[in-house]
Amino acid sequence: MEKMQCKCGHVNPPGTILCESCGRSLTEEEQNKKLADMRYEGTARRSQTYNKSIIDKIWNFFSSVKVGVSIIVLLLIAAAIGTILPQAQYVNVPVRNDATIKAYYADVYGEIGKIYHFLGFHDLYSSAWFIILVGMLAISLIVASLDRFVPLYRSLKNQRVLRHPSFMNKQRIYAEGPAPEDSMQKAEEKLKALKYKVTLDKNGLLAEKGRFSRWGPYVNHIGLIIFLFGVMLRMMPGFYVDETLWIREGETRAIPDAPGYFLENKNFTMETYTGEGEDAKFEEAIDRVGSVAKNYQTDIVLYQTPEESLPGATDEIEEVKEHAIRVNQPLKFDGYAVYQMDFRQNELRAMTFDLTNKETEESLGSLTIDLVNPEKSYDLGNDTRVDLLGYYPDFSGFENGEPQTETPIPNNPGFLVRMFTPETPDGEVSFIVIQNTIEPLGENQYKLTFQNAETRDVSGLTIRKDSTLPILGLGGLIFMIGVAQGMYFNHRRFWIQRQEDGGLVLAGHTNKNWYGLKKDLDQVSEFASLPPYIDQQEEIEKQEKLKKEQKLEGDELS
Amino acid sequence: MTMAELSSNLLYVAFVAYLIATFVFGGAVRGNKEGSFKSEGRWGKVAFVITLIGFFSHLGYFITRWSATGHAPLSNMFEFTTAFGMTLVGGFIILYLLYKTPVLGMIVLPVALLIIAFASMFPSEVSPLIPALQTNWLAIHVSTVVIAEGILAISAGAGLVYLLKVVDMNKKSKQRFWLEAIMYSLVVVMGFVIASSYFSLTGYQADFTYVNKDGNESSITYNMPPLVGMNEYTSLTEGAMEPFFETPAIINASKITTVLWSFFVGTILYWLIRLVARRRIAAIFKPFVKNVSLQLMDEINYRAVIIGFPLFTLGALIFAMIWAQIAWSRFWGWDPKEVWALITWLFYAAYLHLRLGKGWHGEKSAWLGVVGFAIIMFNLVAVNLIIAGLHSYA
Ligand code: HEM
Repeated sequence: MEKMQCKCGHVNPPGTILCESCGRSLTEEEQNKKLADMRYEGTARRSQTYNKSIIDKIWNFFSSVKVGVSIIVLLLIAAAIGTILPQAQYVNVPVRNDATIKAYYADVYGEIGKIYHFLGFHDLYSSAWFIILVGMLAISLIVASLDRFVPLYRSLKNQRVLRHPSFMNKQRIYAEGPAPEDSMQKAEEKLKALKYKVTLDKNGLLAEKGRFSRWGPYVNHIGLIIFLFGVMLRMMPGFYVDETLWIREGETRAIPDAPGYFLENKNFTMETYTGEGEDAKFEEAIDRVGSVAKNYQTDIVLYQTPEESLPGATDEIEEVKEHAIRVNQPLKFDGYAVYQMDFRQNELRAMTFDLTNKETEESLGSLTIDLVNPEKSYDLGNDTRVDLLGYYPDFSGFENGEPQTETPIPNNPGFLVRMFTPETPDGEVSFIVIQNTIEPLGENQYKLTFQNAETRDVSGLTIRKDSTLPILGLGGLIFMIGVAQGMYFNHRRFWIQRQEDGGLVLAGHTNKNWYGLKKDLDQVSEFASLPPYIDQQEEIEKQEKLKKEQKLEGDELS
Repeated sequence: MTMAELSSNLLYVAFVAYLIATFVFGGAVRGNKEGSFKSEGRWGKVAFVITLIGFFSHLGYFITRWSATGHAPLSNMFEFTTAFGMTLVGGFIILYLLYKTPVLGMIVLPVALLIIAFASMFPSEVSPLIPALQTNWLAIHVSTVVIAEGILAISAGAGLVYLLKVVDMNKKSKQRFWLEAIMYSLVVVMGFVIASSYFSLTGYQADFTYVNKDGNESSITYNMPPLVGMNEYTSLTEGAMEPFFETPAIINASKITTVLWSFFVGTILYWLIRLVARRRIAAIFKPFVKNVSLQLMDEINYRAVIIGFPLFTLGALIFAMIWAQIAWSRFWGWDPKEVWALITWLFYAAYLHLRLGKGWHGEKSAWLGVVGFAIIMFNLVAVNLIIAGLHSYA
């Protein structure tokens, strides 16, 4: 395509609609319009100019508002589909894997659930096609913005004061007619008082206000792009830590993915509303819905290893701080945050047994087995001792005669023991689980009788570090600034020219809020006795309406 | 009078004031026969003052309830919906001050009345806050959202006035069908209020046991005669009606029953109105909107979105994300309520682009405004009550 030379001599980039210099219409289509297309100042946009190569085609595709809106609507529909049934992450299955989740959808939601799962809607928001859709939104944002921003910036930067009459009379707000000698000066004075920036050139005047609002959409789009970039960054390793730590009361543990830091769980508390005293006002609600949780809290101490110590050494850790982690009050340190997310109450901690003679029920002493760190052997004195041959914290049955444990958590502890007494110096073997004793090698004389158990609570904490948060925050902030900039301010301009015959020509334009523009102009007109203006858009609409009505009447007559 | 009693009395006053103001606004618009706008202006002013009285009383309800409960009254279905009614009227007040349009009041106030009535069908006792809600972010996030939604709803109100004027009710068309469908759905909400009030005043209760989706026995109380039964139900109440059919375990048949009763009563009411008026409900409003300036309605429609959209972004996305990061350790979790906030936001983004980029003004814009309101109501009603999630109120 060729550069376009205007009658005024200015050479415009190919694709320009209104001459950058004088404002004449350059295309035939534009010449035939009653009003000039001022959307992008009539500048050449790449997407409207080139359509040859594949790159042109892609560029044009993404720069179209139609395509942009279609992507937004597709995302909206996809997001809605994802809420028809719960997403897999919110599904509760005892053992989590693909098969159980698939079975869950089929069992609970029947045929619909099967189809939903089959189509991958159970994990919709991390599916490839959904992420691609978001990626297309980002591309569209970038391309559409560049396509418009660059030429718009160029033309708003180099504005001429004097414009061709054909530019002036194609503006929506237009006036021409005689005016007193001093009206130019007075208009200038008043416009300045209204905070317009006024530029003079020979017989013309350009008054402008709020140009920065034209950048609003681009600023808000940049904000969105930064936000999306931040979201993308989270998928990279190192930017994002998400770990779970189950920690029992009294325990001190290393914080996963936070090297050098340790956490001690002093105490876990869960409270519910009582409906009495201070909570009396809630009584009615509590009666209706049952108990309501009031507080989940883990009192912790945070430790750190001194810098010079060896990695992994725990003996010289130093206290950093104490904190009560509650919902909405995470522990914060060094970019990390630790949240109260879950808990288990009354986990078995230790069990106490008596070694008793089955017949006489006489006890030879008692032993306490720590369920987290059991000992190999418990000496009760007097040649009496109990050896722990095997420990199965979460006993789940036998396989090939071997006791099995499902998890390392002491939910259902099983013990294989050998008991030595002066009477049975070779030892008797016994397998003990709660409420049950098996004697695999024949009838024993002695047994371990359960006395009592010690329990404690376990806190489920989540450890997060999210280095992308500042980026996301920045994106959000820029978005809001851009939206306010574009929506609550507008770009207003007036061009006024003194003609050779002494009359004035005036044109006005705004990107938004014509009502506000007219209010400004009314004040200037009155002060400077400018010729009365017309809103050509309204004139056109009125005429069309009139034509329609006349046509209707004509139809009725014939 | 305790604080809680004072609070509910103030709400009552607000309700009555809005009711009176609706009729005065209607009278003001109707009285404007020759289109001189003089009497309309005068009566409009009277109605506006009554609206203001109602609004301040409503605000009084909000403040006294806050003091009675010790937390921002935005924590359950009753409180949130009542507040939504208040911000809807607040949004109307702002736009009335800008544009002086009684006809908008005639449309918005009845909708606000319906919303308050709808809200009062939910348990209104003072409820305690679960740990996740015990933070100032509850007030910051939810109040911004509810203000934004109130203002966005005004866009729908202006859109509705626009449509009532331009859609030809004498000729069969898609537009006529959908406009009447909007009116019908408002009547169905009234049906819900009537049915709930009737059965709660007569103290209806029917108890059942049933087998829930995990295969366990559970019990449930119906507050309306059971049209639909729960999965493998057994009736415990003597003389209760026999449900017509049974639903699978994932469906809460008690809620379905409520929906069916609402439609049942609403439909009867709808046909009664049509028979008495001998025309469609949308057509009843025709004489009221005769002198409306379409351009002005279009402007209000857009202006409301321009004010509401940034506020909604701030409240429903930005504040929501900050809170979620603090309470749940992640700023976004694809919880249904979150997703529907995103959908609402995307929808209004599409609205803005269609308007700016594709020149969708006037009627198209009016339809979009109404659809936006439908999405907001869906998020409020259906997502809260049907699609359960972290935010689920009931
Ligand atoms: C969720 C995503 C998006 C949001 C929230 C958003 C937001 C906005 C906002 C608030 C405006 C200003 C509207 C006004 O002042 O009335 C705007 C303008 C605009 N947006 Fe977007 N946008 C999004 C995506 C897109 C996409 C994908 C495109 C691609 C075509 C696009 C193209 C435009 C254009 C061309 C303008 C008008 C610029 C002008 O005429 O000066 N936007 N956008």
